[in-house]
Amino acid sequence: MENMKIVPAGDRALVADFGNVISEDVNRKVNALKKSLSAEKAAGVREMIPTYRSLLVEYNPSMITMQELSRRIELAAAELDGAAAETEKRRVLEIPCCYGGKYGEDLADMAELTGLSEKEIIDIHAGTEYRVYMLGFLPGFVYLGGMDERIAAPRLKTPRVSIPAGSVGIGGSQTGVYPMASPGGWRLIGMTPTPFYDPTSENPVLCEAGDYIRFVPITPDEYERLKKEGGAS
Amino acid sequence: MSIFVKTPGPLTTVQDEGRFFHQSSGIRPSGVMDVAAYEAANALVGNENGEAVLEMTFLGATLEFRSAAWFAVTGADMQAKLDGAPVERYRAIRAEAGQTLAFGMAANGCRGYLAVRGGIDVPLVMGSRSTDMSAKLGGFEGRALKAGDVLSTIPDGGWTPSDLRYDLPVYESAVEVRVIPGPQEEYFTASGVGTFFSSVYEISPNSDRMGLRLEGPKIESFSGTDIVSDGIVFGSIQVPSGGKPIILMADHQTAGGYAKIGTVLSFDLSKLAQARPGDTVRFTRISAKDAQALYERK
Repeated sequence: MENMKIVPAGDRALVADFGNVISEDVNRKVNALKKSLSAEKAAGVREMIPTYRSLLVEYNPSMITMQELSRRIELAAAELDGAAAETEKRRVLEIPCCYGGKYGEDLADMAELTGLSEKEIIDIHAGTEYRVYMLGFLPGFVYLGGMDERIAAPRLKTPRVSIPAGSVGIGGSQTGVYPMASPGGWRLIGMTPTPFYDPTSENPVLCEAGDYIRFVPITPDEYERLKKEGGAS
Repeated sequence: MSIFVKTPGPLTTVQDEGRFFHQSSGIRPSGVMDVAAYEAANALVGNENGEAVLEMTFLGATLEFRSAAWFAVTGADMQAKLDGAPVERYRAIRAEAGQTLAFGMAANGCRGYLAVRGGIDVPLVMGSRSTDMSAKLGGFEGRALKAGDVLSTIPDGGWTPSDLRYDLPVYESAVEVRVIPGPQEEYFTASGVGTFFSSVYEISPNSDRMGLRLEGPKIESFSGTDIVSDGIVFGSIQVPSGGKPIILMADHQTAGGYAKIGTVLSFDLSKLAQARPGDTVRFTRISAKDAQALYERK
């Protein structure tokens, strides 16, 4: 594959790197490569960590050599060239979100910062499909791409000590959801009753890289009802 | 089958090899810092399935066996005593119900391990019993042990110890580790890479299970070291823009946004796991090919 290089990350991992960029095209390739290598189930391949721009492949060097794994990655990547990477199936998850008020304490400030009305901010935020580029930082934390620059806003000067799980925020040009209670500096615009992370569940994390998310505005009553039902939408 | 925690020491956690296959969801592997000491501890008591052990840091715990058990003590020399009698390290030892196992300060090394025949019984969470303190996940209630905690152990059945023997490790205060360059060596100038491989770095007191922060000469980069986030492994050496390297350890995050000058050879990670603040580290270069050859010779 063009522009892909394979570099070692120590003696037990190789990185298939597509370059120091955030782009949907690159991220699609990363994902497609992960899927292709997972399907292959090569002996000695352990786990894979996809990021914006690279796929880290951990392996057991007693079972597969670096040279052999590198060859397999090259082959898998070559097959992806052209059509495969672009026909990625789009899974869109609808995430109910209750905007503003006590559910999104910073929405009023956001209106002041952006010069938009609260309603306009909600319409813009809920009117976009966001790609999940990668997960990291916290269990189930999604790095989303595609937010409209009109609703970008700098992070809080003083981060909050604890933000409740389910908070939907904006930090710079990024938007996202806090999967668990955590300190954080993003401006909070809403809350979702849908759990992004539940360690007791068989699938502890809601999204995977390559998914798309669309926020669907709900009323406080709907939020409370869904929350009681365990967040199922 | 249980063990009562009289005093926990500053940082004692339940760990196994780590929580794998969920890193793509942002879940950290955690797991033991010193894999060699962990594997020895389990092998000595005949545990063959990656059983969970206790990892103690600097100062060990005081524990009361509520039922008889075989145990083994490995890693740092924490001068363990069973009802006051010195306990031999790297050996299977029988404790009777009611006996107290007390660990002291580490006289050598930093992290001590206690394996109990059958293993520490905490729920498996995503395939592992390791404690992930940042996500409050796994281990004993997702946290370090406290006085008064009662740990269950898995019944061991009948068992007689084998004559398995290990050489007692001696942990040096000047550590030398081999490093495979990359994956982002090209962010650093030739002089920066030269600095990294020729300088002596000191382990900062600001180090923990997540990473060893190093003090020493700054590593020169071409134009900063911020990168678009990239995957991380146990042993990745990232260099933030300040130029001082951080070696990422067992509790490392799954991805990070600083260029990585190299990765510590996995055989050398145990030395770092046992290094203490104030100890020094030197890095020597090994190619990925030569590292691979170490496995082929085995």
